[in-house]
Amino acid sequence: MPQPLDYLKETASQTAGPYVHIGLIPAMAGFDIFEKNFSNVLVTPNTPGERITLEGKVFDGSGTPLRDVLLEIWQANATGRYNHPADRPAGAVDEEFRGWGRAGSDFESGLVTFETIKPGAIIDKAGRKCAPHVNIWIVARGINIGLSTRLYFSDEEAANAADPVLNLVEPPVRRATLIATRGERAGKVVYSFTINLQGAEETVFFDV
Amino acid sequence: MNVQAPALQDPRLNRPEPFSLRDGGFFQRDHSIHPPAHAPGYKSSVLRSPRQPLLSIENSVSEITGPVFGHNDLGPLDNDLIRNYAKDGDPVGERIIVHGRVLDETGRGVPNTLVEFWQANAGGRYRHKKDTYLAPIDPNFGGCGRALSDDTGYYYFRTVKPGPYPWRNFVNSWRPAHIHFSVFGSGFAQRLITQMYFEGDPLIPVCPILTTIPDKDALDRLVAPLDLNASTPFDSLAYRFDIVLRGQRSTYFENRTAGN
Repeated sequence: MPQPLDYLKETASQTAGPYVHIGLIPAMAGFDIFEKNFSNVLVTPNTPGERITLEGKVFDGSGTPLRDVLLEIWQANATGRYNHPADRPAGAVDEEFRGWGRAGSDFESGLVTFETIKPGAIIDKAGRKCAPHVNIWIVARGINIGLSTRLYFSDEEAANAADPVLNLVEPPVRRATLIATRGERAGKVVYSFTINLQGAEETVFFDV
Repeated sequence: MNVQAPALQDPRLNRPEPFSLRDGGFFQRDHSIHPPAHAPGYKSSVLRSPRQPLLSIENSVSEITGPVFGHNDLGPLDNDLIRNYAKDGDPVGERIIVHGRVLDETGRGVPNTLVEFWQANAGGRYRHKKDTYLAPIDPNFGGCGRALSDDTGYYYFRTVKPGPYPWRNFVNSWRPAHIHFSVFGSGFAQRLITQMYFEGDPLIPVCPILTTIPDKDALDRLVAPLDLNASTPFDSLAYRFDIVLRGQRSTYFENRTAGN
């Protein structure tokens, strides 16, 4: 009998629960404890790139916005590179753009916002150009394992049509659930997104 | 061999050179050990679970990379919940140390990764504006902290043991004592939130959230054993909690071997 391979098993996921803010955004829980806090603002005054606001809500199967959801985003910089050693052969981490942020939804409206820059197109392992996108990870009470999705941009029609991941989505009508709508408000570029956890317009979620 | 450009040491991987875009993706996630999205015994999951299957995609640079954190992100008391919110004394409760390693599925330590944790106080009350349980707030206890794993993936923090608390699921549902954990790993696809429980707690087998986990062994791995060897005499008991993140595949014929 062969010896079993000695891989470990991944630790099982559990819900983040309704009080996730205590650990991850303590100011939202109602107190101040850390000297430095993570936030939904990914940019510094020196970050290169087009400033954009991402703004949206996450809805449950009854059409009600989640008011206790937490989102994290991970994205490339304006030239399509991630701030990580695997994608920065030239060296040190970029202090002006980490590429990651987190936000809790408003306790009343459920609105989630990020202040960031529009990412550049990236190249995948097969050398294909991928449309600009933001990776989103969603946790909340009632979500047993974090949900992964992507946000694409409505003004990138040609790139979206050629994107290798969007093109895997069947039926094609579901691709629209991943595309945020560009608008302007008080001179600022705002992309609006909707994430439906369940139902007729259910957002595409990925097993990555 | 390129002698002009010395290899960049990636501090999170015990490797002589950085891994590249051509490195393999993470091991496929084994969903049989994770709770299903739709787990009706945990009522909140019913409206918050997708009905469509997840779309499986190969890992690209989007998933293999993830945020990098450093000691600059942390304060000196971030891993000491006894002191990091103390106003006029120590918090009330059982003083404990929680320690362990962040590993990947191949058994290697995941160095320099951010581990965040939050919990209720000794009476089961959270410092959160939405928690209305009648047990009192502890004026000297915040209930959150964070740590970076060291070169071997090891982390530790000090706190008080949280109490169980009731919640509106069934009429008489109580959570076991637990500490929430958030872990990053080196790539965004390793992102994980989980909960640690305490050895011997009789609430564990009747908890509707814990029993969403279909695999008994996977559930047992969330239960931290008492670790007397790591305790501090006349000061703190200790519990050991190792966390396993997804392993990373090799890319034998794409570039060079890495990951094994």
